[in-house]
Parts: sequence; C-alpha cells; structure tokens
Amino acid sequence: MCLLITAFAAVAATIVWYFKANNRELRLGALALMYWGAALMWLVDSFFCAAEGEPFFDVSASDALLGLVIVLCGLVAWLVMLLAGDPKKVFKTFRQKN
Amino acid sequence: MACFAAPLVEAVVVSIVKKNAEKKEKKAVCAGSVKPEAQGIPFSRKLGWLSKMLWGGSFLLAIEHIWHGEVVPWPPFLTAMNNPADIGPMLTEVATVGVTMAVLVTAVWGVMVLVCNRIERRAKKAAAAEAVTEV
Repeated sequence: MCLLITAFAAVAATIVWYFKANNRELRLGALALMYWGAALMWLVDSFFCAAEGEPFFDVSASDALLGLVIVLCGLVAWLVMLLAGDPKKVFKTFRQKN
Repeated sequence: MACFAAPLVEAVVVSIVKKNAEKKEKKAVCAGSVKPEAQGIPFSRKLGWLSKMLWGGSFLLAIEHIWHGEVVPWPPFLTAMNNPADIGPMLTEVATVGVTMAVLVTAVWGVMVLVCNRIERRAKKAAAAEAVTEV
C-alpha cells in the first residue's frame, strides 16, 4: 500500500504541476520528483521482496498508514522548502517592518 | 535495513556535480561564449531533477526505516549495527537493493533528459523554420 499511495501522490503532484507549470514559485516540480523518486525506490524494494517469496504489495492497514505518513512527510518537506525560499517575500517584508 | 544509503550517497555526489556545473555555466554566460536564451534548459537544472528524486526518495525511505525501527536518532543510527551478525546482510542489502534503486532512478532521469533534449531540438527546428518563412 505504501508503494501504491506514494505512486498515487506522485501522479497527483505531477498533474497539479502540469496545470500550474507557469508558476515555478510553488516548486510543485520538486514535490512531484520527490514522490516519483520514492515510488521508484519502493518499486525496486517490492521486486526484491517478491523475489524472496513475499507478496509484491503489502495491503495491510499498518502499511497503508505508513503510506499516508510518507505522503504527509513529503508535503511537510515541500512546505519547508517553499517557506525557506519565501517566494512572496512575506518573511522579508515582516523582518523589514519589525 | 539501510537500502536508502546508496541513493543518498549518489544524491550527495550529484549535488556536488550540479554545483560545479552551475559555476561553469555562469562563467560561460559571463564570458559571453554562450547566450542564455540559446542554451535551452541548462544541464545543471537537469541534474537538479535527479538530485531532487534522489534526495526526496532517500528522505521518504528513511522515514519508512524510522517507522520500522531500523533507523534510530542515536548512534550508531542503524539498529543493524548493534549486532555484528546483522552488519553483513545490511551491507548486502545496500549493495543489491540500494544500488538497484539508485540505478533505476538514474535510468528514469536519463529517459527524462533524452525526451527533454528531443523537445528542445524540435522547438529550435520549428523556430528556425519560422524565421526562414518570415524572411
């Protein structure tokens, strides 16, 4: 489920990036690439698990929860990158005013 | 156990190469040997795509390892390091699963760059053809 949820997040982020391609300030490309990187890595992991006789997809509830946590962590990392870049100069203006 | 270590090491190397490529491109533009508009998407930006996939993927995989208790915030950070019997299998996993992960991500990036280069070439040809018809 972790692989599926991350792949779904990668597809969703790519669609949003495509429709917001002119707005590079949002760094949606970085978010999509991050999820694609993780999805590809888990794909390899799943193949190795299948080669060892384990199921290709882990459909347990705990793995689904892990998938959601992974998506959340990706969003948090993206938010940190976005705020650190401060594209709208919100923090810069705030610092200048105070 | 620590399969994300291989893509992480590649991410560090790619980031260093990207910084050097950026410096070279800036120098070339400043020297006037390359026009920024004729350059298309610079190679350093393309390397940035690989860097983001590797850093992001390694980071999210590290979260998974923390979730499973394989990575801890105190030394030696990897729980497999506590037991000498686990060190061998851990290194084998890094060499097999980890290296395959890094290779797959790099291969996908290679395809992305090839597609991008083809699109750029087509756009240049179309622009040149348009300029000829205008004359």
